[in-house]
Amino acid sequence: MDDSDEKKKSDTIQTVVFPGRFESLEEIGEFIARFAQEAGFDPNDAYAVQLAVDEACTNIIQYAYGGEDRGDIVCTCEVSDEGLEVELRDKGAPFDPDKVPSPNLDASLEERKVGGLGLYFMRRLMDNVCFDFTSDEGNVLTMVKRKEKEP
Amino acid sequence: MEVHTTHHKRCSVVSAAGRVDSQTAPELAQAFKEITEENDVYKIVLDMAGVEFISSAGLRVLIDVQKTCRRWNRGELILAGVPKVIYDALDLAGFIPLFKFFDDVTSAVGSF
Repeated sequence: MDDSDEKKKSDTIQTVVFPGRFESLEEIGEFIARFAQEAGFDPNDAYAVQLAVDEACTNIIQYAYGGEDRGDIVCTCEVSDEGLEVELRDKGAPFDPDKVPSPNLDASLEERKVGGLGLYFMRRLMDNVCFDFTSDEGNVLTMVKRKEKEP
Repeated sequence: MEVHTTHHKRCSVVSAAGRVDSQTAPELAQAFKEITEENDVYKIVLDMAGVEFISSAGLRVLIDVQKTCRRWNRGELILAGVPKVIYDALDLAGFIPLFKFFDDVTSAVGSF
C-alpha cells in the first residue's frame, strides 16, 4: 500500500461542526473557500459554491431549526477529480424543497419577493443538489460543483 | 461587515465592505433606515466596491430599500462599484432591471 496516496486522500476530506447560528456563516464561508481553492476553482466558481452553501445554511437555521442556536450544522467538504462535494447535515425538521415557491424573477419592483431565492441560487450555482431526510440521520443535503475540464 | 454613511448635498452615500449575509444584513438595513426615516432622504448611493459577498438576505435589503425610495417618485437607490461576482449574482436573481449601476460613487452621486 502506498502511504503517500493514503495521506493525500485524507487531506481532501474534512468535517467540521458549526453551531446553527448566523454568526457561523462567515466561518463556514472561510471553510468552503479553502476547499474551493484546493479543488482548483476559479474565483467565480469558488464564489458560487460559497453563495450556495451560505443560502443552504441560512435555510437550515431558519426553516429546519426554526431559529438560531437550536442545533448544529455538520459540514463535510470533499475534493475529488470531479470537483467539490459539500454535505450539510442537521437534526431539524424535515426540509421539503417542493414546498418552497419559485421566485418570480421578472416581477416588477412592487411585486418582487425575495423568498425562494436561496434555493434557486443553490440549484443554479451547483451542478447537483440532493435533499434527503431520514428519522435517524435528519436532513442530509449534498451539493456538487464540478470543475471545468482543462482546455 | 463594515458600513458607514456620508451625507452629500443631493443624496446620501452608504459604503459597505466585507460580507453581507443573514448575520450582517440587519446592520445594512439599519443604515438605510436611518437615512430614510430620520433624515427623510430617499436618494441613496450604495457603494459596493468593498463588498466581498452578498447573499439573498442582503438582496432582500436592497429590494426593500428600493421600494421605499421609489415610492411617490421621491428618489431611488443606485448601486456603485459592484464587483463582478456580485453583479453576476444580481443578474441571476433578475435584479439588473430594478437598479441603475455606476462604475464609481462620483458618477453615481453626479447622476442625481
